[in-house]
Amino acid sequence: MKRILILFSHPAIEKSRVNKVLIDSIKDIEGITVNDLYEHYPDFYIDIVREQQLLQLHDIIVWHHPFYWYNAPALLIEWFDLVLQHGFAYGMNGRALEGKKALSVISTGGQPEVYSETGKHHYTINEFLVSFKQSAILCRMEYLPPFVIHGSHTITRGEIIEYAEKYKKLLLNLRDEKIDYDKLSEMEYFNELYK
Amino acid sequence: MYNQDLFFQALIYLAAAVVSVPLAKKLGLGSVLGYLVAGIIIGPFILGLVGKNTDKVMHFAEFGVVLMLFVIGLELKPSLLWKMRKSIFGLGGLQVLITSIVIAAVALAFDFQINQAIGIGLILALSSTAIVLQTLTEKGLIGNTAGRSAFSVLLFQDIAVVPILAIIPVLATLSGAEIIESSELNNISGFAALSGWLQLLIIVAAISSIIILGRFISRYFFRIVAETGLHEVFTALALLLVIGIALAMDRIGLSPALGTFIAGVVLADNEYRHELETTIDPFKGLLLGLFFISVGASLNFKLFIETPFTILGYVVLLILLKFIVLIILGKIFRLRKGYEFLFAFLLAQSSEFAFVLISFYKQSQLFTSEISELLLLIVILSMAISPLLLIFNDKAISPLLARWQNKMEYEEVEEPENPIIIAGFGRFGLVVGRLLLANGFKVTIIDSNPTNVEILRKFGFKLYYGDVTRPRVIEKAGIKNAKLVILSMAEYDDAVKVADFIRKNYPKVKIFARAKDLFHAFDFFNLNIKTVQPEVFHSAAELGEMVLTSLGFSKYEAYKATRTFKHHEEQVLEDLYELWKTDKKHFIQESRRFSEQLSETLQAEKNYSIHETDCAWDVTTIIEEAVSKNESDKTDKYV
Repeated sequence: MKRILILFSHPAIEKSRVNKVLIDSIKDIEGITVNDLYEHYPDFYIDIVREQQLLQLHDIIVWHHPFYWYNAPALLIEWFDLVLQHGFAYGMNGRALEGKKALSVISTGGQPEVYSETGKHHYTINEFLVSFKQSAILCRMEYLPPFVIHGSHTITRGEIIEYAEKYKKLLLNLRDEKIDYDKLSEMEYFNELYK
Repeated sequence: MYNQDLFFQALIYLAAAVVSVPLAKKLGLGSVLGYLVAGIIIGPFILGLVGKNTDKVMHFAEFGVVLMLFVIGLELKPSLLWKMRKSIFGLGGLQVLITSIVIAAVALAFDFQINQAIGIGLILALSSTAIVLQTLTEKGLIGNTAGRSAFSVLLFQDIAVVPILAIIPVLATLSGAEIIESSELNNISGFAALSGWLQLLIIVAAISSIIILGRFISRYFFRIVAETGLHEVFTALALLLVIGIALAMDRIGLSPALGTFIAGVVLADNEYRHELETTIDPFKGLLLGLFFISVGASLNFKLFIETPFTILGYVVLLILLKFIVLIILGKIFRLRKGYEFLFAFLLAQSSEFAFVLISFYKQSQLFTSEISELLLLIVILSMAISPLLLIFNDKAISPLLARWQNKMEYEEVEEPENPIIIAGFGRFGLVVGRLLLANGFKVTIIDSNPTNVEILRKFGFKLYYGDVTRPRVIEKAGIKNAKLVILSMAEYDDAVKVADFIRKNYPKVKIFARAKDLFHAFDFFNLNIKTVQPEVFHSAAELGEMVLTSLGFSKYEAYKATRTFKHHEEQVLEDLYELWKTDKKHFIQESRRFSEQLSETLQAEKNYSIHETDCAWDVTTIIEEAVSKNESDKTDKYV
């Protein structure tokens, strides 16, 4: 069994439609730790020691957040700055994360087609996520294809619940090592595994 | 030894004060009563240690009143005084006028001649500045509504002494008695003999010269003397100033106390104000004490023993008359919720001015010596009783009124559903309450200070007057279904009691508490209440943040350092609590409370380093690694 750490970052959970349902659906599951960053560090005073310990105790690291300005909310960026220290996460002696897997779970208002060369945003989601990917690689981790919720402002309640179920299934499969990683590596999104 | 007698007298007075005042304080009676009792004990009718010259001592010690008004003036800015003009002239003027008339009428009924009756009325209408102000300062009441009003009245009475003295010759002629020339009276009547316009001119000139002297010239003197660095010279200058003004005022027939008060007010904006205050304060305290002792010592028990009930009857009658006039005036001038009672009890005695006035009236043969003796006894007894009146008000009237008012207030309150209760709505609770209201939460506020209740209601807050320590009050406010209770009151010990009560009877209600300091926070921790906020920590830390910025930290650096420090404090609090639980002996020594706290927290600081927790954005190790790599690359190349 693999242990999964969800680094959940949402600065206004009280206004959330999608992520609230998603995060609620995966609470209290054995092997899955939800670490709500904004709840723990409202003043951005991140407990570095605690965060590093959590990272070491888990095999799969999930960055779960809404996609703001093609990026993560400020606190998660701060988390990268503070927690992934040189000598811990990267550098010659920074091998604490070596061999772990990293995954982005994001929600975005745009539909898939606007994230393309010809679309409004000109780049694909994976192109935008390249900094996460390379960060994972720098830390000697394997970066998995992202799990993406498109059209978050307009999808129905039913669709949200569907996403939540997929999310839960995905995590359980990761936990129980029931993932065909070869197949997954050819996919653009993690979602495609559960079509 | 030179002048052994003087020193022996001093020994007795000082010993009496040192023994009796702490004792009286311990019994909760206040220092004034302590001094008075000390005076009675050393006086001619009990120990007889002093006697012959108590009058002289008293006259000398009256100067304490002058000093006191100077010090009070120092604390009163002119702008504040201007605000009080209505109550000084309205309330004060009416008090003197009506009380004089009422007492004179009663005196007439006792078969005094008309001019005597007027004299008695005027003399007994005044109240004791010394006793009232001493009590107000001691109890910290000088700032409250009743205290302010009482002070206004006293101030007017000081002004009124001038016409009361001036009227003596007129009253005396009315009786047809021959005026005996006395040196002291000569001054007054000499001044009074001048035409009205001239008198007014002299008074205006005197007061303006005080103002000019105080405002523009005095600071040069103060500076020159302060620059000598000799503190005793400054003391001499301060005393010189006060004595000089007192004498000048006396000369032109104004009350010396009034003159020095004006001087004090003028100097209230002066940069040497604090220095002056601390210099004059011990003299003021000692002289006032001496004054009260001599009042006690000059009680004429012989006269009292002859007809005790008649005299007591007079005293009670006097106090009753004054009290009734005062309470009616208090009501008219919008004193409410028990303040009118405090105001009336404060001023119900007679004044030390009476001693002076009675002797003048006697000299002008307006009073026979029997009348003077009787009046003096009544005045002194009323002064001696007045501290007791205040105790009576504190212990009997106030609680009774509070209970009665609670009943009234609570009938309006319908029990709110699931209320958020804030107990104590002063400086602290106000902020908590505003934050909640601003975010759309309705709160039930309980406060025991009636003035706050009135003001805040005016601004639309839901506020109830009540003593939260009484179970009924907190139950009525809806504790049973309350979401949570915020104990933001400044009565720290009471807050713990209330918390304990709620914990025991309503264990589900969450409690949030304001703590005075670490130990107070621990009291809450003991009740398993961890949502506690030490009251000054955060504002102090944030001021510190400003200081860090001005010392060259960037804004964000200062912010981070302060934030780290705040989180560190939470840890300190927890660690110290653990230590406290295991080793209470080490801590609890009430008098050493702060120093214990200081040494323990500073000890914790020793192990604190901001750099341990703040290595973010630190590139030292990256540089080191890069450098070492370069080195090895180079070696590779040249191998």
